[in-house]
Amino acid sequence: MKTVTFTASALAIIAVSGTAAFARDNVQVAGSSTVLPYASIVAEAFGENFDFPTPVVESGGSSAGLKRFCEGVGTNTIDIANASRKIRDKEIKTCADNGVKDIMEVRIGYDGIVFASQKDGPAFTAFEPADLYNALGAKVLKDGALVDNPYTKWNEFNADLPDADINAFIPGTKHGTREVFEEKVLLKGCEDTGAMKAMVDAGMSEKDAEAGCMKVRTDGKSVDIDGDYTETLARLGSNPNGVGVFGLAFYENNTDTLKVATMSGVAPSTETIASGDYPVSRPLYFYVKKAHIGEIPGLKEYAEFFVSDDIAGPDGPLAQYGLVSDPELAKTQQAVADEVTMGSGM
Amino acid sequence: MSDATHPAAHKSPARSLHQLDARTKRRNASERRFKVMGIVAIGIGLAFLVLLLSTIVINGSTAFQQTFIKVPVYLDPAKLDKSGNRDPDDLKKATTFTYAPLVQNGLLEVVQKAGFGSELSKSDMKNLISASAASQVRDRVLADPSLIGKTVDFEIFASSRVDGYLKGRVHRDEIALDKNISVAQLDLVDSLRKDGALHKGFNWTFIFGADASDSRAEQAGIGIAMLGSFYMMLVVLVLALPIGVAASIYLEEFAKKNRFTDLIEVNISNLAAVPSIVFGILGLAAFIQFAHLPQSAPLVGGLVLTLMTLPTIIISTRAALKAVPPSIRDAALGVGASKMQSVFHHVLPLAMPGILTGTIIGLAQALGETAPLLLIGMVGYVATNTPEGFWDGFVSPNSAMPAQIYEWAKRADPAFYERAWGGIIILLIFLLGMNLIAIILRRKFERRW
Repeated sequence: MKTVTFTASALAIIAVSGTAAFARDNVQVAGSSTVLPYASIVAEAFGENFDFPTPVVESGGSSAGLKRFCEGVGTNTIDIANASRKIRDKEIKTCADNGVKDIMEVRIGYDGIVFASQKDGPAFTAFEPADLYNALGAKVLKDGALVDNPYTKWNEFNADLPDADINAFIPGTKHGTREVFEEKVLLKGCEDTGAMKAMVDAGMSEKDAEAGCMKVRTDGKSVDIDGDYTETLARLGSNPNGVGVFGLAFYENNTDTLKVATMSGVAPSTETIASGDYPVSRPLYFYVKKAHIGEIPGLKEYAEFFVSDDIAGPDGPLAQYGLVSDPELAKTQQAVADEVTMGSGM
Repeated sequence: MSDATHPAAHKSPARSLHQLDARTKRRNASERRFKVMGIVAIGIGLAFLVLLLSTIVINGSTAFQQTFIKVPVYLDPAKLDKSGNRDPDDLKKATTFTYAPLVQNGLLEVVQKAGFGSELSKSDMKNLISASAASQVRDRVLADPSLIGKTVDFEIFASSRVDGYLKGRVHRDEIALDKNISVAQLDLVDSLRKDGALHKGFNWTFIFGADASDSRAEQAGIGIAMLGSFYMMLVVLVLALPIGVAASIYLEEFAKKNRFTDLIEVNISNLAAVPSIVFGILGLAAFIQFAHLPQSAPLVGGLVLTLMTLPTIIISTRAALKAVPPSIRDAALGVGASKMQSVFHHVLPLAMPGILTGTIIGLAQALGETAPLLLIGMVGYVATNTPEGFWDGFVSPNSAMPAQIYEWAKRADPAFYERAWGGIIILLIFLLGMNLIAIILRRKFERRW
């Protein structure tokens, strides 16, 4: 028993203090849960077709991924951060402070954001940004005056919408999707309804008015979902009047339970998003630590493989899954091949 | 009893044991009420257990079945081996994207030979078969290049939609908007089934296979994650058992009782109640950021779970040591044994069943833990590579069974959801097995004084 105890404690000490850095032979990726399915499809095909091990892809949200990305350089940090929004200046600064100076930005394509509800629920079939602003904005224009959002039913501000309680499930603030929702839906709706003009007239600066427009009501009619789309789906399942925000690919996998609403009269599909007719879409990115290229085997090959025509092209598996392929893919391919970093003339 | 009640006893009328007075009746009634409440409580508990288990079995049992399609694939040398020398390095240049059309052609031929859908093209076949088919064929060809130029039969996975249709998860009237399957394709599936090319079988891949990406739910398996759990449990067992037992023996048998040991005791009890995610944060800071151990490695997961399990093991070991009567120690010391001899020769063997039970229950708890693994990179698309050799298993990226289940439950394709329930069944079998061992050990070796 004694010897066992000794060996075990010795083992523990070696395990903890033996700081001889382990060489890592797999690419490590983390970030946006929207990009995760695409990244996992690429990682799987990469593992199958190359002699490198399959990369590890974690999720957790764009912000969480970029935070880990900016922790520093070295094999105990991640190589790639997936993001469903552009990296912020603040994050670039944090990165630089921690020694992550050369970052390659790779745009992989576009993703649509759709508004869906229970298939057999009320007829939420057509939305305008103005409707969603009236339903979810913190302050709305009612009878010419700016008031705290008083609406409880959809048909109170638009007679075409169903007589149903407002009950929306929107992505929480740690998701990149939230930012797109605020900018492309709430802000647009705020301008359309004239609420923004009222705010500016009331003496707010342009910037403050924009920030005010992007505030969401906090009286429980709008629920932030910090988890994934599956959580939103589950919440819709128990709320017949609920309206949820999903990625296009997630909706397309669940057409048996969900029905989607048009936005400004356009139904979401890869075609309408590619043509730019469907207004609520955003580019998806991944960020590569250039310092890790050459250190981590397969990192550059993975990045190149991700944007290759076979994968990210219009007929590739990513498009099949729901990604809207980038018309400027060739330019991205060239940039990755040349290892162009941010701020170096791209 | 006391003087105060004495006069009252005098006043009470003569009682008969055969005739119940009001007070006895009340007491009996309250006892009956209590029994009924107890039975109701147990009944509610049982009802929920039955509900839970039946939900799990109903939702999860389909994961153990999978639809396969038998497809003869012509391995076209013109496409697979352009240089014509069968050199393995050249053969690797033909990627799965080259193989995919060959498999689709093969299925198209089966369909047309059977006389259905002559107007269909090979892109219509894409939705019927799993995206994994191409890599399955490619692996086989790379392993045996002599197959090139021949037509070889492959048992390939049907796509998750086709599989869901045969299992009753996908319904004809609900797929109008689904771009991954169409009614015409389901008609084709029905005819292929009659024809015998399509059949259901036991899904070994689910039990032994690796995780799969979001586009091919049908190929996903829990096997690699199971290995990850195994390695973590190994680390926990090797570290937590000796450290825990040594600590408890010292605290219980050797340490002086003073303020300092009291403080340690309070802290151990507190640690047992700390939420597991806290150990994850600690593990991230101590093992990955400070000690530079690899991310996503079962070694780190095991170390974190060791920290989490230690208090449980120490507490149960101390209870087991305490349960050994002092007379055993006194007798050993009395015949001249040293303190250490009395502990290791007499007390510890008698306490062993209790220690093992505590350890196994601690391990079972660690086996079901997901939260701390989130922070050390073990949740996500991770469990994909089979470790190369025994020792590599400790450091190569891996997940764990509960983490894999959590991951599947998040994914978009409903077929993953079915697999999450299937994973729960496997995890439950492991947990039940471990608890059963604990019970058997206790029954068999426990001694009472």
